Amino acid sequence: MTTIERQDLTEAEHVARIKKAQDPGVSRAEGWRLRGPLLPALIFMIVVTQIPFLFTLYYSTLSWNLVRPGSRKFVGLQNYIDVVGDSTFWQVAINTVLMIVITVLVSVVLGLLLALLLDRVFLGRGVVRTLLITPFLVTPVAGALMWKTAMLDPVFGIVNWVLSPFGVHNVDWVSRFPLTSVMINLVWQWTPFMMLLILAGLQSMPKDILEAGRVDGAGAFQLFRELTLSHLRRFIELGTVLGAVYLVNTFDAVYMMTQGGPGTASANLPFYIYQRAFLGFDIGQAAAMGVIVVIFTMVIASFALRLIFKSFSGKEEAA
Amino acid sequence: MTTTDVQKSVEAPVQKSKVKRRKFDPWGAVAWIVGLGFFFPVFWMVLTAFKHEVDAYTTTPKFFFVPTLDEFKAVFDQGVGTALLNSLFATTVSTILVLALGVPAAFALSLRPVRKTQDALFFFMSTKMLPVVAAIIPLYVIVSNIGLLDNIWALIILYTSMNLPIAVWMMRSFFLEVPGELLEAASLDGASTWRAVREVILPLVSPGIAATALICVIFAWNEFFFAVNLTAVQAQTMPVFLVGFIAGEGLYWAKLCAAATMAALPVVLAGWVAQNKLVRGLSFGAIK
Repeated sequence: MTTIERQDLTEAEHVARIKKAQDPGVSRAEGWRLRGPLLPALIFMIVVTQIPFLFTLYYSTLSWNLVRPGSRKFVGLQNYIDVVGDSTFWQVAINTVLMIVITVLVSVVLGLLLALLLDRVFLGRGVVRTLLITPFLVTPVAGALMWKTAMLDPVFGIVNWVLSPFGVHNVDWVSRFPLTSVMINLVWQWTPFMMLLILAGLQSMPKDILEAGRVDGAGAFQLFRELTLSHLRRFIELGTVLGAVYLVNTFDAVYMMTQGGPGTASANLPFYIYQRAFLGFDIGQAAAMGVIVVIFTMVIASFALRLIFKSFSGKEEAA
Repeated sequence: MTTTDVQKSVEAPVQKSKVKRRKFDPWGAVAWIVGLGFFFPVFWMVLTAFKHEVDAYTTTPKFFFVPTLDEFKAVFDQGVGTALLNSLFATTVSTILVLALGVPAAFALSLRPVRKTQDALFFFMSTKMLPVVAAIIPLYVIVSNIGLLDNIWALIILYTSMNLPIAVWMMRSFFLEVPGELLEAASLDGASTWRAVREVILPLVSPGIAATALICVIFAWNEFFFAVNLTAVQAQTMPVFLVGFIAGEGLYWAKLCAAATMAALPVVLAGWVAQNKLVRGLSFGAIK
């Protein structure tokens, strides 16, 4: 019995239960009794997450600088026009997209390879898995600190030491390749995440399918491409969109390793917004950028939500 | 039936083939090398924390040295105590709040589903997809207006809201594994719903709740963005302390590593304990 089958089963039960609960005969009092346990969480979330966002929308229409008292006035869409006309904003937006796309792609590929390795049987597999997930658990600020200092330092860094037999000497990675350095740290952090998701996919794969394929005379590569990859597809998709949604918020690594510098070479939108709001005190424009990030994220998030709901209903398994 | 049974039944054929194949697997060696490689920065951080500064700065990395606890002592002298206590407090209280709000909500969205369950689930998840950076400006203004700037309670409320959606989804997936008949049977026996839940359901899902709590602990402990923007000295958490520490001690790696180790160790341990349920938390319960 696989996990997926179980999921289908419980989901069917669940739907039946919802149907029952939606019986028009259910009284209003009964409805409230059922709703009771949900309400505190729901109200808490609405208050804490939705109200600030409405304020962001409102602030984005104001010209408001915290260091100039009395500067708060309504300017309509002027902030958005200014943001779109700001070339730094575009550079930072491109950095953000690059950071997300490259990190996700590399982490997915590495995560897939690692998951394939861990799906084999070897001595100490549990230990290796534990070692591999550790980068995802380490406090991101501490991880970024290690990469910035002990790993990538031009003189005392481990990376230069390892690469020195290959003619690499005293490369100052963080100042010469700031964006790449940040991404190395992010890939290190996110590969375990992808690996765990893909490994769960591999382990939920019915082994008899592979056997049947082998009996039919398919080669190893063909088996992998036709069966394993197609089975893993939804796990990879889920990892990609969830990874992207989380990586939109990348802040710790940039703050810690480069402070967005040199200039804005490695700044992403969260860091730039932080700079504009808390170092430049330009609330209006920072809020407008925040709204733009939300719209951008919603595009990715809509894919993520659809995928997660799909894996709950288990429809694509039948296809 | 719990997930562990399912996992066992999935892994059972793998176990069998282990007996068949005793010979050395080169891919296993590759896995070990890659695993150690990924772990290396963390290993190095812990190792360096036990060095004297003189051993930390060497062009050829030093693996053997006389260990010392001096650097940890130095970190304590710099006032890491407050930050540790703050992190501990914020993490514990927010996790308790998440469970207090989340367990009933997960119940109402699974075993005794309310109308519009799908809408409520959708809402919870969508809040997790809103980039926090878009909310930080009003949050800062609101928090400073109600006088909670540099107050740990501001972080507790925000960490609760940050982890609640994950917890609701994750715990719902555990509740859904409880056979529905159990609850029916208990209510037929005349037990009130609350008693049935407390005596029949909760013991069954308690491992799931524990795993959920550990995942909330990891995220709350590691959080940096809210903490750096909304706290200063009094309410600073470990990640904020670490950043401040670097500004002052940037040239002292052993000391930095000692501080970083203290910041990272608790959650690494929590994560190792919860690793079998990690995937479920990270995928909102979609993958088990």
